[in-house]
Amino acid sequence: MIFNIDYETMPREGLEAIQLRRLQATLERVYATVPFYQKKFEEAGIIPSDIESLQDLHKIPFTTKQDLRDNYPFGMFAVPMDNVVRIHASSGTTGQPTVVGYTARDIDTWARLMARSLAAGGATSGDIIHNAYGYGLFTGGLGVHYGAEKLGASIIPVSGGNTKRQIIIMKDFGPTILTATPSYTLHLAEVAEEMGVSFRDLKFKFGIFGAEPWSENMRQEIENKLRIIAVDIYGLSEVMGPGVAIECHEAKAGLHVFEDHFIPEIIDPETGEVLPYGENGELVFTSITKEAFPVIRYRTRDISTLSTEPCICGRTHVRMTRVSGRTDDMLIIRGVNVFPSQIESVLMQIDEVEPHYQLIVDRKDNLDTLSVLVEVGERLFSDEVKKLQDLEKRISKDIKEILGVSAAVKLVEPKTIARSQGKAVRVIDNRKL
Amino acid sequence: MKVEQISIFLENKSGRIAEVTRILAEAGVNIRALSIADTSDFGILRLIVDDNQKAEVVLKKQNVTVGKTFVVAVEVEDKPGGLHRIMGILFKADLNVEYMYSFVKPNTTDAVMIFRFEQLDKAVKVLKENSVNVIDGDQVYKL
Repeated sequence: MIFNIDYETMPREGLEAIQLRRLQATLERVYATVPFYQKKFEEAGIIPSDIESLQDLHKIPFTTKQDLRDNYPFGMFAVPMDNVVRIHASSGTTGQPTVVGYTARDIDTWARLMARSLAAGGATSGDIIHNAYGYGLFTGGLGVHYGAEKLGASIIPVSGGNTKRQIIIMKDFGPTILTATPSYTLHLAEVAEEMGVSFRDLKFKFGIFGAEPWSENMRQEIENKLRIIAVDIYGLSEVMGPGVAIECHEAKAGLHVFEDHFIPEIIDPETGEVLPYGENGELVFTSITKEAFPVIRYRTRDISTLSTEPCICGRTHVRMTRVSGRTDDMLIIRGVNVFPSQIESVLMQIDEVEPHYQLIVDRKDNLDTLSVLVEVGERLFSDEVKKLQDLEKRISKDIKEILGVSAAVKLVEPKTIARSQGKAVRVIDNRKL
Repeated sequence: MKVEQISIFLENKSGRIAEVTRILAEAGVNIRALSIADTSDFGILRLIVDDNQKAEVVLKKQNVTVGKTFVVAVEVEDKPGGLHRIMGILFKADLNVEYMYSFVKPNTTDAVMIFRFEQLDKAVKVLKENSVNVIDGDQVYKL
């Protein structure tokens, strides 16, 4: 089903006309209300009225995650706080999180785009949606929630964790659509099996999965184990949250970017040069309808390719390929974005710890695991076991509290963390997607 | 009245203790007493040796994490209740033992008990007041 048939199947000429109009209005507004953008435009020697066509967009400088951090917490907001009705944030240590805001109209727009996404993934108003994305500062849970309500479906706001209870709910409530991270979905399947519950007997038809990298192999595994059709959803809080792009269940070949709200570009991550459709590079987004937190040419660091090839579902919006990687060192662990530098700053807040650490990411029983190896230097060392164990616990607790991700801390002997050309290898990602 | 002990951080994997004993053997350091505390991930090796200075230098050179702590060495009579007498004194004085281990005094049947206290000075004072034979560090290294 297509939730908004007029916009989602609009001929590209019409779509581009709408994009230009909305882009120009957004640029005028951020220039007038956000000092950061005003300064950026001035430095580049442009004013909003210089943008006369969509091709002119490349004249505008990029916005980076660092820019958002520099304007922490509300410096990038384009409306007075009075008009902001919701705040979400990515995890981060002091000075590093990314905070985003929404007006009432933004929340409505987001809900509509999520309703489109759920519909593209196979949901209708008659469905029951089991939403296992986390509720909270993370945009996943609430994003799906509002979209489901907008679609008129029944939503079960089960959130993440408490897996056994989730299986019981699946058995008793008979949900027909599953929304979760792909790795948690495979974990659910395993726990169900242990509990003697067969997904064959459950009522699921479709699943909408995202918030972390996954692969075609994982899709097949999920589809076989759960006997559903699985689609990929894309979004990031800086741009809006989930619902920026969605795969249609008809084609399952790339995610339609809702171009009446976002303008995607692919750039060369080294030079910043805009690449033509079909080429692989870094995704850049400009929001053209957001009020509270518009982003202009935001560099996502996600690697993808864009294609305007017509799709069998009838949608005319450009498709992006599944995100194949990152241009920076960000890790996604159980759906939580983690930068090695965030773990480092947690460690550095503990006096005794020296900056010799390593993160090992793995996937055990389909769940991501994070181990943090910390070298035991003289200042940290104690002849008493309990002091060392307390330290391990403290590091683990700090990481959990600040980043929202569980980590197993392991103390190791000095100089045992692999160093390549004198530089420590900070991250070993053993996950095979 | 204090005895210097060196402690070493070891990961729980094979060959780690052998590595330490090799380093000490090659440097001609003699081990008087030792104990190991272990967890599933790591262990702490505590040693009393004849030459702390030398041991520390050679171990550090090989990137071994070495800590130094003062412990108390006490002579324990070789008869039933020998250790209990000492423990009773410590308990009455409200002295908490962090850990302890022992070795047999050469050419005697008596034992030497090594105690690690948080309140080391108070422990030495209490033990001496109760006529317990607290052995001096220099004596222990030479035993």
